Amino acid sequence: MSFDHILRAVRWRRYLLSSWPWRGLAYVATTYLLLPFICFGTVMLGLPWVAAIKSLSEGKALGGILPMLITSAILVVCGGPLVAVPLAALERRRLGIVDKRPAFSSYVPAATGSLYSRYLETAVWRDLAYLLLLAIVAPLVYGAVAALVFLELLLITSPFIVALSREPVAMWFIQTDSVWPALLFALAGLVLVPLNGYVFGFLAGGHAALARALVTDSGASALREVTRSRARLIDAFDAERRRIERDLHDGAQHRLTSLTLQLAVARLDVADGSAAAQALDKAHDQAKELMVMLRDLIHGIRPQVLTELGLAAAVAELAAESAIPVTVTGNVSERLPERLETTAYFAVSEALANVTKHSKAGRAAVKLSTAPGKVVVEVSDDGLGGADPARGSGLTGLADRVAAVNGRLLLSSPAGGPTLIRVELPWNR
Amino acid sequence: MEPVRVVLAEDGVLLREGLSDVLRRFGFEVVAAVGDAHSLKAVVAQQEPDLVLTDIRMPPSFTDEGIRAAVELRTTHPETAVVVLSQYVQAGFASTLLEAGDGTRIGYLLKDRVVDLTEFVAALRTVVSGGTVVDPEVVRRLLRRPRDPLGDLSTREREVLALLAEGHSNAAIGKRLFITEAAVGKHVGNIFAKLGLPPAQDVNRRVLAVLTYLRTT
Repeated sequence: MSFDHILRAVRWRRYLLSSWPWRGLAYVATTYLLLPFICFGTVMLGLPWVAAIKSLSEGKALGGILPMLITSAILVVCGGPLVAVPLAALERRRLGIVDKRPAFSSYVPAATGSLYSRYLETAVWRDLAYLLLLAIVAPLVYGAVAALVFLELLLITSPFIVALSREPVAMWFIQTDSVWPALLFALAGLVLVPLNGYVFGFLAGGHAALARALVTDSGASALREVTRSRARLIDAFDAERRRIERDLHDGAQHRLTSLTLQLAVARLDVADGSAAAQALDKAHDQAKELMVMLRDLIHGIRPQVLTELGLAAAVAELAAESAIPVTVTGNVSERLPERLETTAYFAVSEALANVTKHSKAGRAAVKLSTAPGKVVVEVSDDGLGGADPARGSGLTGLADRVAAVNGRLLLSSPAGGPTLIRVELPWNR
Repeated sequence: MEPVRVVLAEDGVLLREGLSDVLRRFGFEVVAAVGDAHSLKAVVAQQEPDLVLTDIRMPPSFTDEGIRAAVELRTTHPETAVVVLSQYVQAGFASTLLEAGDGTRIGYLLKDRVVDLTEFVAALRTVVSGGTVVDPEVVRRLLRRPRDPLGDLSTREREVLALLAEGHSNAAIGKRLFITEAAVGKHVGNIFAKLGLPPAQDVNRRVLAVLTYLRTT
């Protein structure tokens, strides 16, 4: 039987024969290594509060304790995260001893986070909550368990204690000076030893569950990881398209133009009407057709105008090539990150293709604009309306593409029109 | 007649050599052939050629180096004719170029045009002799849809303007459209009138008419 965490394993009847009790012991033992540091902090920062509660319960004013209370609170709030975040990282690693499930942190990716923004993150304050809970509860619970283990040791060793002691030894409510009753205690102690496996199991399991709940973010982070990997995939595709476009342009297109030019030069030296002239003319024409094909192919892979001049110029080109009149307005003159440019271009291209194919519109309008935190692309037309993402794969593909960069697609297309597609892409200047 | 002295800028070695050959065969003198905009400017300052033929996409950023160099050359060497070769149609490039100087001695052609030697060389000669050449594809796109203030033009007038923008004379336009030169002159006059270009001594109205199209994009 294999279990993914100790709280499941502990209910198994062969639990004690497995490695799980030892894992529990290892987890509990490492907690004991941490506890002195945490207890030190608890005592130092907790004393003013204890004093304050005592004063209040005795009906006295806080007076001199107040500055200490404030200092303690400020230390916890400001300094707490600095301790809590590394502790949480340690706890996520330690979780592996008794919990085989992956433990992700739930922080926002570091690329966007300054130290200041760390203080605004929920995940960081959850780490701090964990630290405070550990500081208050752990000494009590772990203290109780330590006492239990100490009692067992005492029971087991009682025959020796009695044997070595010259005076009667008091054990609980029995006082004895003979080794034999003490042997009963030792027996009881030995019987209790396997119970320790369960004590460690439940303690480690409970602690680990608390840690998992507070310092990891399994569900959301798994989803976030999927989102990130989707975005990475799309980036990889884009980079690859760009590489192919560049290779085709710098290699094939350049050589083909040169070849066609050479054919034209060769034709200059051949008499008109000769068989060679006809063959050369034919070859030249075919080479020219190939040039057009290659140019269209490269354009389809990734428009050069987008790579070189950016979104506004590329959208203007799309508009100029459209079968119906398209007006372009907007204030996006700067270069945006490549991923956004590609997505926004794709959005306009797809939307205009839909307009031409389905809407029977007389004219369309594209608006590119920036708002705080986002780039907005709007494509509207005066056509029939009734666009439905469920029926056309174009809109679905566009929605997928937009979702991959955490953007959103809004569509308004009542039957009878007009249609407005609005794409919002998150962007920080 | 002195041969036309050309400086060529193209970063692809094969095409650079091919173009140099073509230009020599058609009686141009290629005084220098370089691979980037920086060397282009240096060579032009030194050689003061009659014509600069430059690619747009060149090192280091492979975007619009050629256009920026051309615009700069329009101000530093206004006597030098400049023809730029573009990989794709970009009306913005064309209007930037045409507005950089007085709108003459300038050409904007798609790179693919170089393989039609006769037309290509004719375009170069038009520019060297003070004309303006805008790629037919650019013109086609601009003319495909009526736009203000172009909406008033008739189909025939738009055809005339398209050919005008390609640098043809009234006689050549007449031949192409199978109408008389006088008829072309009348159309051109109507175009000027409809575009609000008054007769004036020191203004090339033909260039202004083309510019009006480009500005409306």
